[in-house]
Amino acid sequence: MHVPDGFIDAPVSVATGAVAAAAVAVSLRGARRELDEQAAPLAGLVAAFIFAVQMLNFPVAAGTSGHLLGGALAAILVGPYTGVLCVSVVLLMQGVLFADGGLTALGVNITDMAVVTTVVAYGVFRAILKIAPNRRRTVTVASFAAALLSVPAAAIAFTGIYALGGTADVAIGKVFTAMVGVHVLIGIGEAAITALTVGAVMAVRPDLVHGARDVAARRLELRTGAPVRTPAPASPDGSAVSGGSAAPAGAARPAGSAAPATARTVTAAPATKDDADTAPAAPRRSARRVWAVGLGAALLCAGVVSFYASASPDGLEKVAADKGIDQKTEDHAAKDSPLADYGVKDISDARLSGGLAGVIGVGATLAVGTGVFVVVRRRRAETDAEAR
Amino acid sequence: MTSAPPSLQVSGLAYAYPDGHQALFGVELTVARGERVALLGPNGAGKTTLVLHLNGILEAGAGSVTVAGLPVAKANLAEIRRRVGIVFQDPDDQLFMPTVREDVAFGPAAAGMRGAELAERVHRALDRVGMAEFADRPPHHLSFGQRRRVAVATVLAMEPEILVLDEPSSNLDPASRRELADILRSLDVTVLMVTHDLPYALELCPRSVVLSGGVIAADGGTQNLLCDQELMREHRLELPFGFDPRSVTAPV
Amino acid sequence: MGAGHAHTLYRAGSSPVHTLPPHCKIAAVFCFVLVVVATPREALWAFGLYAVLLAVVAATARIPAGFLLKRLLIEIPFVAFAVLMPFVAEGARVEVLGLSLSQSGLWGAWNILAKGTLGVAASVILASTTELRALLLGLQRLRMPPLLVQIASFMIRYGDVITDEMRRMRIARRSRGFEARGVRQWGVLAKSAGALFIRSYERGERVHLAMLSRGYTGTMPVIDEATASRAQWTYAAALPLTALAVCLTGWMLT
Repeated sequence: MHVPDGFIDAPVSVATGAVAAAAVAVSLRGARRELDEQAAPLAGLVAAFIFAVQMLNFPVAAGTSGHLLGGALAAILVGPYTGVLCVSVVLLMQGVLFADGGLTALGVNITDMAVVTTVVAYGVFRAILKIAPNRRRTVTVASFAAALLSVPAAAIAFTGIYALGGTADVAIGKVFTAMVGVHVLIGIGEAAITALTVGAVMAVRPDLVHGARDVAARRLELRTGAPVRTPAPASPDGSAVSGGSAAPAGAARPAGSAAPATARTVTAAPATKDDADTAPAAPRRSARRVWAVGLGAALLCAGVVSFYASASPDGLEKVAADKGIDQKTEDHAAKDSPLADYGVKDISDARLSGGLAGVIGVGATLAVGTGVFVVVRRRRAETDAEAR
Repeated sequence: MTSAPPSLQVSGLAYAYPDGHQALFGVELTVARGERVALLGPNGAGKTTLVLHLNGILEAGAGSVTVAGLPVAKANLAEIRRRVGIVFQDPDDQLFMPTVREDVAFGPAAAGMRGAELAERVHRALDRVGMAEFADRPPHHLSFGQRRRVAVATVLAMEPEILVLDEPSSNLDPASRRELADILRSLDVTVLMVTHDLPYALELCPRSVVLSGGVIAADGGTQNLLCDQELMREHRLELPFGFDPRSVTAPV
Repeated sequence: MGAGHAHTLYRAGSSPVHTLPPHCKIAAVFCFVLVVVATPREALWAFGLYAVLLAVVAATARIPAGFLLKRLLIEIPFVAFAVLMPFVAEGARVEVLGLSLSQSGLWGAWNILAKGTLGVAASVILASTTELRALLLGLQRLRMPPLLVQIASFMIRYGDVITDEMRRMRIARRSRGFEARGVRQWGVLAKSAGALFIRSYERGERVHLAMLSRGYTGTMPVIDEATASRAQWTYAAALPLTALAVCLTGWMLT
């Protein structure tokens, strides 16, 4: 949902620009705290990563695919300040280089997609970590919920900005109620990929997941007295120096990506200690929990909060399309579009249509969510069977 | 050996990473000025960790490092980093600026050099590695071998006391490998070369040390060391198939 | 947005537009777009004039029309949105070709189409006449915080490297028979994303080490100083100032 020029009027564009600038300024200071002096290269690389990940399309169903927005992912992996900076830089570069998102709408885009998503996601993430037992699985669940909520939150923000300065004369109620179904789905996609990605990082380099860093200091040991062998004739005795327990694992440290060995070295927090034998089983159980929590949250979003529907990236156009078709069917009672019933009800009562959209959102969410869940489980079973 | 202080003196160096994993267990190493020394050892022996101590990126948990008489400590970090030039294994990590010229200029400019003096320094460094005509190209448009040479130039531009190379011959085709060897031989600086490429070590470095299990396990003439089959086996060092170090007349 | 973007966006040249200092160009484009957005939508002729202005700039920069038009395609999703607007919007309705359309919806659609297109065209002209590096320098000269400029420049420098790693991982996946077909492949894609993040992060750490090793202390040494003469500023200001005149006339007439 890169908003182009002219979508939001000039005064509101300028105002959101100021908001975005302030948020970025705050983040600049915060990022220095989060990353120390490494801020520039690390944030730059993470921005490049977000940029790349946005190109990673994940197929949703036959023919359609979505891509990550990355706000929640960035916030969870590198912290909220750096997250805001990274996504902002990505948006800035997309605007200046690719004309993707208008220059005057940069404030809107940054406020909406960089600030709101990361702040909401990080807030939810931290809140869940605080109240839930501090385990690795909790991190996955928290990532799911954080990403799931961040998308509708961005939508609310967008709807708010639109209400203030939208140039198109479409009723606010209509704008966001129509978006509910679509955007909860987008949120689910975002949430699933975010949670799985964070889970994958947790499994390999838990120290890289911001907020799940742990430091274990140990006393240094000196191995002196071992003979340093000198040149020529082979004197066979040096075998005493074979490096102890630490030596082989050492390779993993700079290179990093060696999986299981490092996984147990650093774990999220005190109570963790996922033993080596439970580790392989963990993903499946966590996935089940994730989906349960996800569906609950989706219900909440679409049902209870249906009034604060979601306007979010890329779903915007979809909503416009749905809305258009919908209105068309109303006016001309034409064709049997899949949304025909939905359209007939939507005469001029925004509230009624809101409720309906919410219900449809819940329905679709449940259906797709359950479908995904079942499919993932079956797939897991298959791969487990295949893999020895 | 001259009366000047050794280019590098490491004594009793021990270090543990923040996650508790200890990588160095009391390293002792002295490299005299003008020497070329190969640092050999199996994966995970602590070679990279040692290298990162030489310019103070990692802070010694115990022991000390001095470079040409100057101890590595917070107070003189800027001077230490000028004196110790590290060429990292992946040139993409080292070449982070938009053009070759800016990249080579980065070090001296960070030290406060400007204008014609800077331009001259950059040109000289690029000339020494034969890359002068590529100054205005973006690094990622160069071949891998060229990037490695530019990476060497970025360090030479700081006129270091000691040049530290991490796996200089990795991923190079044979011609680039030889060109780099020619360049390294032509330089009159102290060189410490971390490598798994044993013939390369033999070709360039009269002396070698073996780092294994976080300590220096052997120290001596490269040729002698490579001929010591038991030592080699013990530290997981292997010569390429068909290579006999005895058959080569090593430079002394 | 694909890989190798850095090379396809910019069209090398030596036209007067190319040689203007980057910060003048960025400021000019930004002001121009702001003026366009602030123009009342009823002033149809004003948008025509803006388009003519941009065409003149594009001609001066010797950007072929085809190139410009192709780059405008990025706008398509919003064109779709704009086209639908007359059907959705409230208010008085008019009959056009047998369809009942909202009058304000039509205006809204026109508004978004016209302003959006002009905005995209202006950005495209900027990006195709200014090198990436120069753009960053320009932003720096315009007082964008240095840390932000650094982050952006690292992103540009390593965008290709990361995208390339992603491509290699995809090839590795596919050569082992993996094809992303539906939701059941999300797990695998997410693992790739996780691995990509770790690689990116670790590269960030290594780059930082390399920088430290060459005396980095938190600020980038300024090597190139781009300055703009008064004449260059005046030259660059011609575009937004003309636009402003058009805009003000528009306000007075409507």
